[in-house]
Amino acid sequence: MTTFLGMPHAPRGVGQLRGDEPFPAAADKALADRQLRRNLGHATATIRDKRARAVAEVADWEQLRLAGEAIKAATMARLGEHLIELEAAVTARGGHVHWARDAVEANRIVTDLVRATGATEVVKVKSMATQEIGLNEALESAGITAVETDLAELIVQLGHDKPSHILVPAIHRNRTEIRDIFLRHMPGVDPDLTDDPRRLAMAARAHLRAKFLTARVAISGANFAVAETGTVTVVESEGNGRMCLTLPDTLITVMGIEKVVPAWTDLEVFLQLLPRSSTGERMNPYTSTWTGVTPGDGPQEFHLVLLDNGRTAVLADEAGRSALHCIRCSACLNVCPVYERTGGHAYGSVYPGPIGAILSPQLTGIEDNASLPYASSLCGACYDVCPVRIDIPSILVHLRGEHVDARAQRALPSPEALAMAAAAWTMAGPRRFRLGERLLRLGRLLARGGRIRRLPPPLSAWTAARDLPEPPAQTFRQWWRTRPGDGRR
Amino acid sequence: MNARDEILSRIRTATGPSPVIRPVPRDYAVAGAHAPGAPELLDLLAERLRDYRATVHRCTPGDLDATLAEVTRGWRVAVPDSSAITVPGAVADRPALSHADLDGVDAVLTGCAAACADTGTIALDGGADQGRRALTLVPDRHVCVIHADQVVQTVPELLRRLDPRRPLTFISGPSATSDIELDRVEGVHGPRTLIAVVVGPAGTTGNNVHREQG
Ligand code: SF4
Repeated sequence: MTTFLGMPHAPRGVGQLRGDEPFPAAADKALADRQLRRNLGHATATIRDKRARAVAEVADWEQLRLAGEAIKAATMARLGEHLIELEAAVTARGGHVHWARDAVEANRIVTDLVRATGATEVVKVKSMATQEIGLNEALESAGITAVETDLAELIVQLGHDKPSHILVPAIHRNRTEIRDIFLRHMPGVDPDLTDDPRRLAMAARAHLRAKFLTARVAISGANFAVAETGTVTVVESEGNGRMCLTLPDTLITVMGIEKVVPAWTDLEVFLQLLPRSSTGERMNPYTSTWTGVTPGDGPQEFHLVLLDNGRTAVLADEAGRSALHCIRCSACLNVCPVYERTGGHAYGSVYPGPIGAILSPQLTGIEDNASLPYASSLCGACYDVCPVRIDIPSILVHLRGEHVDARAQRALPSPEALAMAAAAWTMAGPRRFRLGERLLRLGRLLARGGRIRRLPPPLSAWTAARDLPEPPAQTFRQWWRTRPGDGRR
Repeated sequence: MNARDEILSRIRTATGPSPVIRPVPRDYAVAGAHAPGAPELLDLLAERLRDYRATVHRCTPGDLDATLAEVTRGWRVAVPDSSAITVPGAVADRPALSHADLDGVDAVLTGCAAACADTGTIALDGGADQGRRALTLVPDRHVCVIHADQVVQTVPELLRRLDPRRPLTFISGPSATSDIELDRVEGVHGPRTLIAVVVGPAGTTGNNVHREQG
C-alpha cells in the first residue's frame, strides 16, 4: 500500500467533507430516530422501483455502462490534456477559466468575481462541488447572500439543516415536515399551506420567482464539460437551473476537474445513464448545455472554476481513483442497506452513502474519515447499480487496508471501525437484521464483564479468525441497543 | 507555481508518465429500429411526452395554422423575432422583451431543433423559430411545434443532430421535481404547461385536437 506524499488533500477547516464525530457515533443517533428511518425507507423504496423500471426499458444498458466506465477511465488517464483543451475551447468562446488548488482558493476566486459585479445576492443551482468547499459560508462572511434555488436545497437552507443525499438533499424530511419548515421560515408564505407536494412546489415557485427575474449573478456546478467543444452541461428537473443559467448577466460555474469528458459523443452515453439511474426517469425534465458566451442569449459573462481540492490525491491512488468516475446519480445511496438506516448526515460529508464512503476519505486523507470505509456491509448492491461500474466494495476493502497501514503500530483497525463493520454487516438485510435482534440478548450476556470473548454465529467466524481487540464494550453495546425492532419494515 | 501549473503538475505525477489508455467499447445502440420521422416514432414520441404530463396535439402540415390558432385562442402569445411559426396577434421578441414582459405573456410559441422519441425529449438550439433561451423559459406555457422529419428514435441520434456550440436546452415534459419524498410533481420554475404539436403526414395524426383548459 502506498501513501502519496506531497499530493495535498482537501484542507481542514473549510468546506464539508468531515463530520463532527466518527460514523459509528453519528449513525448511533440516526438509528434511534424512527421518523428519519421511516422517511428514508419510504423514499429509497420509491426510487429503487422507479430506477429498476427505467433501466429495464433499455436493451443495451450493460453496453452503456461499459462505455461509461471506459470513457471515465480514459479521461482520467489523460486528465491534464483534456483540461487544457477545455480551457482553450471555453476561452475561445468568450468564457474565463480559473484554476483552484483547493476549497480556500476556489472560495476566494468566486467571492472576488461576485464582488467585482457589485452584487450582494446570488442565485445558486444545486451543486455538490460548492457544498464540498463551503462556498455559501465563504460568501456569507463576505457579505454576499447565496440563495439556493433547488427545492430540496431550499428546504435544507430554510430549515438551517444539512443535506443528506446527493440528489435529494432533503430526503430525510417528509411532506409534513417540509410544510412546517415553509410555514416557519418562508417569508410571505400562505398560512393555509397544506402538505400536498404540488402546493409545496408552488410555494417554492412563488418564493423564488422574483429572485430569478432580477438576479444579476448565478453560481452553478456542472455535470459534464466537453473538452473538445468547451460545452458545459447541467442536468436538472425544476427549471431553477435554466433560470440561473439563462437570466443573470454573470454565470460562475464551479466544477471538479474530474467532470471533464473528452468528446460531445460521450454525452450520448451519460445522458442515458444518468437520468435513469438518478430519478428513474427516461430523461430528466431539463438539460442545459452552453459553450462560453452566446451574444444576445444568456449571461454575457461566464467564468469556469476548475477545482482540485484533493482530487489529484485520489487520482494518484490507482486502486481508488475510479471514485472520480462518479456521475453523482445517487443510485448507490438508494440501494445501500446502511444508508437506508442511517441516512446521509451520519457520513459527516456532503458525499454520503457508498460513494461517500470511498470518496470522502480519499479527498481528505484516510486519517480524517477513518471510520467511513467501514460504513458498509460489502453486500455489493452499489456496484450492481452504479451506471459507471465503480467497484465500490473493492475500494472500501482497499481503504480499510490503508487505514490499517496507517495504524501500523497496532496492526489492527480501530475498535470503532470493528464495531462499525459488525453493525454494517448486521444491517445488510432484514433477515440478518432479525437475526441480530435475537443475538442482541445473547450479545448482552456475552458482553457482561465488559468483554466480548466470543461472538455467537455467524459472527463467531470473525472472532475465531482473529484476535478481537477488546472493543470498548460501551460502543459495541450501544450499537446493538439502538437497533432492535425499529429497523423492520 | 501558479494554480494552473501546479494542478497540471499534480495530475502528471498522479497518472505517471505513461498511463494506460484502453479503447472505449461503443457497441451500444446508436440508431433505433425506425428511421427519422417514421409514423411509429411520432406515436412513441406522443406517448412518451404524455407520460411525463405534456399535452400533445397531432396535425398535418395543412392543419397546423388552424391547430395553433385553436390551441392558443384567447392567449397573449410571444414568438421569436423572426420565426416562421406564429399565430395572428403574436408579440415578437423584437426588441428583446424584458423578463417582466415575458412573465406577463400567457404562452410562448416556438419550433424545435430535433426530438427524441425514446425519451420524449424536445431539443432547442436557439434557431430562428426558437429564439433565445429566456423566451422559452419565463412564460408559463410553452407551445412547441415538432415536424415529423425532426423526430429521431434514440438519444445518440438526437445528440448527433445538434451543434454543441449553440446553447442547447433538452426538454422532457413540463418542469417537475422529485424533491418531496422522491415522488414526481409537475410544474415548478420552468413552464408549468408544455404543449407539443406533432406535425405529420395525413394518416399519422389521430383525431385529438381539442381545447386545453387553463
Ligand atoms: S458511485 Fe456510481 S451509483 Fe454511486 S452516485 Fe456515483 S455514479 Fe451513481
